[in-house]
Amino acid sequence: MTLLRVENLAIDVARDGGTCRLVHDAHFSVDRGETLAVVGESGSGKSLTALAVMDLLGEGLSVASGKILYDGTDLTALPPQERNALRGSKIAMIFQEPMTSLNPVRSIEHQLIEGMRLKLRLNRQAARARALELLAEVGISDPERRLNQYPHQLSGGMRQRVMIAIALSCEPDLILADEPTTALDVTIQAQILALTSRLCRDHGIGMVLITHNLGIVARYAQNVAVMYGGRVVERASARQLYRDPQHPYTRGLLASVPRLDLPRDTPLRPIPGAPPDATVELTGCRFHPRCPMATEICAQKVPDFSMTDGHEVACWNAGADASKEEGAVA
Amino acid sequence: MSSATPLLEVENLEVNFAIKKGLMQRTVGVVRAVNGVSFKIPRGTSFGLVGESGCGKTTVARAVLQLVEASAGTIRFDGQDIAKMDAPALKKFRSRVQAVFQDPFSSLNPRMSTGRIISEPLRVHRLKPESEIKAEVTRLLDICGLPARFADLYPHEMSGGQRQRVGIARALAMNPELIVCDEAVSALDVSIQAQIINLLEDLQKELGLTYLFIGHDLSVVRHICDQVGVMYLGRMAEAAPSDPLFAKPRHPYTQALIDAVPNPDPDYEQGREIVPLEGEVPSPANPPSGCFFHPRCPLVTDRCRSEVPPLDPVEPGHLAACWETGITVPSA
Repeated sequence: MTLLRVENLAIDVARDGGTCRLVHDAHFSVDRGETLAVVGESGSGKSLTALAVMDLLGEGLSVASGKILYDGTDLTALPPQERNALRGSKIAMIFQEPMTSLNPVRSIEHQLIEGMRLKLRLNRQAARARALELLAEVGISDPERRLNQYPHQLSGGMRQRVMIAIALSCEPDLILADEPTTALDVTIQAQILALTSRLCRDHGIGMVLITHNLGIVARYAQNVAVMYGGRVVERASARQLYRDPQHPYTRGLLASVPRLDLPRDTPLRPIPGAPPDATVELTGCRFHPRCPMATEICAQKVPDFSMTDGHEVACWNAGADASKEEGAVA
Repeated sequence: MSSATPLLEVENLEVNFAIKKGLMQRTVGVVRAVNGVSFKIPRGTSFGLVGESGCGKTTVARAVLQLVEASAGTIRFDGQDIAKMDAPALKKFRSRVQAVFQDPFSSLNPRMSTGRIISEPLRVHRLKPESEIKAEVTRLLDICGLPARFADLYPHEMSGGQRQRVGIARALAMNPELIVCDEAVSALDVSIQAQIINLLEDLQKELGLTYLFIGHDLSVVRHICDQVGVMYLGRMAEAAPSDPLFAKPRHPYTQALIDAVPNPDPDYEQGREIVPLEGEVPSPANPPSGCFFHPRCPLVTDRCRSEVPPLDPVEPGHLAACWETGITVPSA
């Protein structure tokens, strides 16, 4: 059963009396107990898409079209009270920066039980008891003492564990994690990701993991959606995507990262140019100005999706001989 | 100096920061940010310093740049002790050593055009007459892959990658021998990061530059650097040429760092069982006894808790500070 399905989502921002489209077409789906990675660089629209699912888009931003189906219900058509009821309970979010996403003047206890009191209607004692269990579950030692502390008294890794505990507190079905470990050191990153993926598996929670790190995707995700310039350009299982990347952008990304598992002198093949400016009109495929395989049609028409064996790609030249391409992965 | 002299030689470097408290700002303690670090960088090569936040890698860089004072130890540049340099020699030194910083947003003055940012050091050091400055800026932009019109742009008009190119052009303006890159590619997107890494490597080949490269991304540091030092809580845990260091690490901390990096290969990653390193880095104001790594180390013995392991060669050119290093890795 599909837990979350995002269909043809478009997000606009109000600007100079008109609107400017930031996300053109996001679509993907997540099942219970599954981790889907949404990969892309800054400005690709991956975070906005997650915020739209949470109904947390900021001032001036709005969903222009498309559907967000949660358990079969279109969230974009729900009245605000019903969406509020879902947010933080059935659908939870983990943000990138635990320093700025926790309230610095409230104790850990206050922030942990707030949601449970509100959404699960627990009384203070019951919420506190569960808060202690949750802190223990996310690997925080001495939970009694930590409950009375404030965010600045915790390390970055511990703050992120508290964020995870808050996300888990109301027994969600779906967790959106937006770059949950980008601000953390690599050994702490490994601890936090191992923890989240174990918890999601144990509790049957579906997770949308937003990241730019291709190693993290390979380790923790079963399926991947690659976003570029506000569009999902490729969708596949993690194994398919890495074994046989179809979109020139995906191939370019994979050829750009230095890897510990390849010889040190393996050359990096960066993608030339820079990601598109969302405020500038661009016809056709949004990757065409940087694409080594671009042909005439790429600049004129947005490519349709083609699908083979569950591997979906939006490229006019998908299936063309990749070895002719400059940036191809060896 | 002869080419056999390393361009940079750091010996037993210590940098301490006082912890001050109260109204009178009494010194109540001391943080040993860098605690006896030594390394050499031969001319034309790259040396990487890796480690987690608070390990002292940036403080080492700042000491080399003379932005913080060394509490003890010596830093020799081209054979000369920089602590003993007089003002003219120090000024010369400052032009031979340049820096590229992490954040291309905060390391460029937002009120200056790119042309002024790049030409400022030329003017300060009077390296070029005013009439030649414009041509020199164009040349520097060109080396860094930017068209001449960028001289008129301001930092906010450029992308992160372009800004970092400007930062590199500014460093190159002095025609330096050593460039200290402090997390110079960390803030960039993957595809842009690869462009800047390639630029740094090309410049090194063409201009014979020497790099001290500070980073936390192991795969980036391995790619760029000939030699790598791994720091933990102000001490060097291991130092070796890149290939043996990554292929056959001799310190359990290095091993844990490498294990923690996921590779972009699902077949390999999803079949691999890793045991993440437990615990967190202790406060440098209150470090553990003996080997600083012992509270997190899987191989810990009683000796590790009481005695500091020396940084000794385990193989020619491969140094490790671990009592148990012989046990960690059976010799091949």
